[in-house]
Amino acid sequence: MNTRALPLYVTVGIFLLAYLVFWLQFPNILSTRVIGNLLTDNAYLGIVAVGMTLVILGGGIDLSVGSVIAFSGVFIAVLLRDAGLHPLAVFALLLLLTTAFGAGMGFLIDRLAMPAFIVTLAGMFLARGAAYILSIDSVPIQHPFYDTLQGAYWLMPGKGRLTLIGVAMVLIVVLGMIVAHKTRFGASVYALGGGEAAARLMGVRQGRTTVMVYAFSGAMAGLAGIVFSIYTGSGYSLATVGTELTAIAAVVIGGTLLTGGAGYMFGTFVGVLTMGLIQTYIVFDGSLSSWWTKIVVGILLLAFILLQKGLLKLSRMRLARGAA
Amino acid sequence: MLLSIRSLTKTFPGTRALDAVDFDLRAGEVHALLGENGAGKSTLIKCLTGAYRRDGGTVMLDGAPIDPQSTAMAQELGIGTVYQEVNLLPNLTIAQNLMFGREPRRWGLIQGRAMRMQARATLAEYGLSLDVDRDLGTCSVAIQQIVAIARAVALSGKVLILDEPTASLDAAEVRMVFDVIRGLRDRGLGIVFVSHFLDQVFDLTDRVTVLRNGRRIVTEDTASLDRVRLIEHMLGRELEAATGHPSPDRVARPPMLDIRGLGRRGTIEPFDLAVGQGEVVGLAGLLGSGRTETAELLFGLLGAHSGGARDQAGPLDLRNPRAAVAAGFGFVPEERKTDGIVADLSVRENIALGLQARAGWARPIPRAQQNRLADDYIRRLDIRTAGREKRVGDLSGGNQQKVVLARWLAMNPRFLILDEPTRGIDVGAHAEIVRLIHGLVDQGMSLLVISSEIDELIAVSDRVIVLRDRRHVAELTGTDIAPDRIMRAIAATGKAA
Repeated sequence: MNTRALPLYVTVGIFLLAYLVFWLQFPNILSTRVIGNLLTDNAYLGIVAVGMTLVILGGGIDLSVGSVIAFSGVFIAVLLRDAGLHPLAVFALLLLLTTAFGAGMGFLIDRLAMPAFIVTLAGMFLARGAAYILSIDSVPIQHPFYDTLQGAYWLMPGKGRLTLIGVAMVLIVVLGMIVAHKTRFGASVYALGGGEAAARLMGVRQGRTTVMVYAFSGAMAGLAGIVFSIYTGSGYSLATVGTELTAIAAVVIGGTLLTGGAGYMFGTFVGVLTMGLIQTYIVFDGSLSSWWTKIVVGILLLAFILLQKGLLKLSRMRLARGAA
Repeated sequence: MLLSIRSLTKTFPGTRALDAVDFDLRAGEVHALLGENGAGKSTLIKCLTGAYRRDGGTVMLDGAPIDPQSTAMAQELGIGTVYQEVNLLPNLTIAQNLMFGREPRRWGLIQGRAMRMQARATLAEYGLSLDVDRDLGTCSVAIQQIVAIARAVALSGKVLILDEPTASLDAAEVRMVFDVIRGLRDRGLGIVFVSHFLDQVFDLTDRVTVLRNGRRIVTEDTASLDRVRLIEHMLGRELEAATGHPSPDRVARPPMLDIRGLGRRGTIEPFDLAVGQGEVVGLAGLLGSGRTETAELLFGLLGAHSGGARDQAGPLDLRNPRAAVAAGFGFVPEERKTDGIVADLSVRENIALGLQARAGWARPIPRAQQNRLADDYIRRLDIRTAGREKRVGDLSGGNQQKVVLARWLAMNPRFLILDEPTRGIDVGAHAEIVRLIHGLVDQGMSLLVISSEIDELIAVSDRVIVLRDRRHVAELTGTDIAPDRIMRAIAATGKAA
């Protein structure tokens, strides 16, 4: 068996096991209502994590996405309030803006040969600051089109609601899977994450790929911002603080190697659901503090990092034995 | 003629890396390119693969002049290269590596099944039947090299340059790779084979070209080539100034250091070495024979798997450089620019560095003492510098080397290892360094000198150890220390040393 896919199997295994354990305690957790809510509540996180997965696969990191989501919400709310544009026009404008923002960061990372950490950290402050400039207060979104978006859902058997934003997340995950695993761009991203020198020798256009990776992440952050604004019905510059770290956690729990070059888009989806599931369990239990989510996520993260280290060592040992 | 190079010249600031080199490659031959470090092999290859632009000369491929400006362009022209390492991506599958950039697609999406089929078909041409979905990183190095070769051939298909492709392979794997190379030769490719394993050169190649100091020395058919003469060509032998042996009669020296069975698996076979006080031991051998590895083992840069060292007082701890320094060892490394000097620090700081490291950061050496030290060594070693505060990176190679020497001399070691002490140094400074070495010995210091230049070894050594294939194979003393004896020992095949 390929050791590369093992973290993915572990991720899926942990998710199913957790679900089983929770189901034994609360049989209702398997209802379509819970499943529908799981998708809806984590829609924005899932979308932004798709972008983050591609960035991490390419050996980078994007710390700006949490701020970009907050900025998007405020941008939408203020524009709808003041400019009188249709939401779809605002969405298009926003996606253009966040994609260009990501592309700009990618350009700097490549051209200045700067660590992605620093450049996107600057981007994080920049986007958050821009959100504050637009508005310090929470701005409610009132528009008939938004009411339509928020009210759009498909009633599953068992009265669970499959909302528009939940479906959007699933579609974005599928898109992410296609981009990462089925295109030459995706192959280039894996190549860069595996080793820049070898990737260049093999003909990867490093600059172009880097710019496109961060542009993709920027677009995903903008889309997550739209979804988040639909979810909350407002824009607030203090929202989604630290979401970039939650997204990174979801990616790693999803089995992607933090140093890049190995991982699966589907794993990130399962990672997001696993984190959502823990939260749901805490809500079901009722007596646990919600901070337990963080503790469990922390433990899971640690376990996955150890697992990856262990696998790396195992494959090296096997290789050494094979060569001898 | 498939590839024809005429008076290729490439100059870097301060050195002429290639000086009017001619090189011809026929279709259907394996042509070895040989030479020691700094001979110009890699510069020649980089000019062919587009990594460097040449300064002069012509390169003709299939009768048409070419001027590749990037690796990709060289590939399109038909010149593919496989390096010793870092060719492919260990995190991708064999199929992905083989087909990268040429994946069969439909509507922009990669067709996985078709890609795997093509990859299997390509590998079948090399007689390999592999699971192409395996990560390349989990395959043996030989398989990785063959996949790299297959990819290079598929992309370019006329000229294949193999730069030390067998350096990390064992004997069975080398045979496997050689079979592949012979198959490609029979298909009519022109193959340039760079290696420092002479046995492999004689085993595989049809012709040999030797470079030395950026010049082509000779091109000959491998079959008609004599091993000793080949080594003469590689190492050079201009005995115009027979410096002579310093002290052939001084034999009885008080022992200083006794090394028993020191070795490291896969790096150097266990060896014994006794060094007397004030003795100069020379290490001779070709590049990759284990000279530098011997030095690094002694200085604790590489961990030993067996054996140990002792002096009169008892066993010595040589587990790491710090321990070796504490035992009174010093090491002037081969790569002066990266491992020797700290280019951005001044002459004074570079000289004081070793003493300061030994004293520890809590006890700074007073500035006045540093100044005294620096001025003293600038005078004693005749370091040509505008002053002690000059940046070392701005000095010439010979003066940089003297600064590194001064750093060690300031610590007064009893055993100093000099790895290629005169590499990349002009002739005048060369003689000075040799003179310095003689001076050190007179003060009772013991030296281990590694050099590719046999004349230099002969000039300074009391005893010469010859290395071949990571093993100490011969020891020459007294009148045996002569060029032909040393070369014969280097050239001898496995059986007789």
